Amino acid sequence: MGGIWVIGEVDAGGALTKLSGEAATAARAMGEAGSLDVQGVIVSAEPDEAAASLATFLPVVLAVRSPEARERPAAAIVAARVAALAAAADDPPAYLVVGATPDGRDLAGALSALLEVGILVGGTGLAWGAAADGVPAGPRVEMQPFGGRIVTTSAFSGPRGIVLLRPSMVVAEPLAAPGRVEAVAAQGTVNVAPVRVVERVVAPTIGPSIEEARVIVAGGRGVGGPEGFAGLGELAGLLGGGAVGATRAAVDAGWVDYAIQIGQTGKTVKPSVYLAFGVSGAIQHKVGMQTAETIVAINRDPDAPIGEFADLFVVADLAAVVPALTAALRARAG
Amino acid sequence: MRIVVLMKPVPDPGEERLGADGRLDRAVSAVINGNDEYVLEAALQLVEANGGEVTLLTMAPAGITDPIRKALAMGATRAVLVSDPALGGACAWSTAQVLAAALRTLEYDLVLAGADTSDGGGGVVGAAIATLLHHPYLSRARKIEPIEGGVRVERISAAGHDVLEAELPAVVAGTQLLGEPRYPSLRGIMGARSKEIAIRTLAEIGLADRPVGGAHATTTLVDARPPASRGSTRVVRGLEPVAAAAAIVDFLVERRAL
Repeated sequence: MGGIWVIGEVDAGGALTKLSGEAATAARAMGEAGSLDVQGVIVSAEPDEAAASLATFLPVVLAVRSPEARERPAAAIVAARVAALAAAADDPPAYLVVGATPDGRDLAGALSALLEVGILVGGTGLAWGAAADGVPAGPRVEMQPFGGRIVTTSAFSGPRGIVLLRPSMVVAEPLAAPGRVEAVAAQGTVNVAPVRVVERVVAPTIGPSIEEARVIVAGGRGVGGPEGFAGLGELAGLLGGGAVGATRAAVDAGWVDYAIQIGQTGKTVKPSVYLAFGVSGAIQHKVGMQTAETIVAINRDPDAPIGEFADLFVVADLAAVVPALTAALRARAG
Repeated sequence: MRIVVLMKPVPDPGEERLGADGRLDRAVSAVINGNDEYVLEAALQLVEANGGEVTLLTMAPAGITDPIRKALAMGATRAVLVSDPALGGACAWSTAQVLAAALRTLEYDLVLAGADTSDGGGGVVGAAIATLLHHPYLSRARKIEPIEGGVRVERISAAGHDVLEAELPAVVAGTQLLGEPRYPSLRGIMGARSKEIAIRTLAEIGLADRPVGGAHATTTLVDARPPASRGSTRVVRGLEPVAAAAAIVDFLVERRAL
């Protein structure tokens, strides 16, 4: 019976991503429940730093040095190395856990083809399940498809599979004592015509990332323009380093960058507090933020759909409430 | 440039439901998956500027042709619909194998797919297809342009965007940043009626004896239930701005968010 492998993701600076620690923590919990060994794998041009970080969460981490990962998109290379490692292992993995980032999705798709296994995308929960009703023991993945109108639990039909884990589903918890890192030679061949990275363009960012922020101040069409978003940015700053998010309508209008779009074709977030200004709450937006712990909506339209699922719904004109709220928060901060 | 656009009919967002068998009910009115419409628009613009043709490749029940007709009306040249009763309930891995097998029967330079679908949401099928066909895979495209012997793509990255280049044939997955899709013109709608929708069974794409389709799905639904209620919504209206702001602050304090 194979164990669980966590494929860690390395950011542009060579560090382990936050989501990788969450994936390792979720995998450890499944390993304990299912009596499976859990180990990490890092494939990178310079894997040492990220492997050491991943080893704070897992007892064993394989560090695979793969220099070509520097000038090519990571997924195809990581997939080939992990597949070769799995094929050569004395005890090949039953399950792989991968973070559901853009690179993670590319990696999972490529690994699915190389290992001939299925993929489950964890939307809101991940746990180990015992065998029941003809479904083997294995990961149980919870999703909220169809704009949250239904909650589903899915499993692999067979003994193997890849789990894609969304951000912020679990809290990363390090081990009491870090595990060990084993350097492993890169194996296998990358059997795909190369994709060349010609240029990496870094866009200016505004404040903290919406995927990691505890508080998100989101704006929709009702915000009215870039000036309105500047006001939301000020508000976010007063809420303990909150981040600004947006609906697709605001992005399409050119007021803010796609990087902060929340919803079906943007990002999925799970903050403690979601303050929605001038956001109607269309289903395409709702799917990206419905699991926020507390939702406060401010909208001029009393019939806006967001009023049906917000915890607090303030029917009011943004132009007046945003400055008043900013002043109130400033007064509190002293 | 010969482009194949992978186009998935999805239930109209907001109308999705599960059938009695636990599978997505495909009888609900179907539309073109949102991201697929953006890549179709990009494909049409590429052939308008550089010559060539756009073939739609779809896997769906045989009765679901409205989204295909719409895509043909937008300007696609022809459509290939892989349809087989065995495919009901197919998982992402099966879908990738079927579409890859169908692509092997077509001639193309570039395959375009939407970054993900509204009913599946995995965003993994494009990468699996590219891997099966040994094609380079360029995902999260916000811009696609031809270069000598290849394709250049601006890929949205965590920090901004990467400029990527690869030789053809290649698989590119695109996003809404490619630009708004066009509406079919009246002439396009008329013309679409006579365009070919070639229906292919699993046997016709060489997969008759392969373990694909619903009976071989790698994933299975264990349980479906209504979501836990968020509790009732507290509604505040008719307050002056300062009082409305105070109500928000009080609520955040109550929720221990301040």
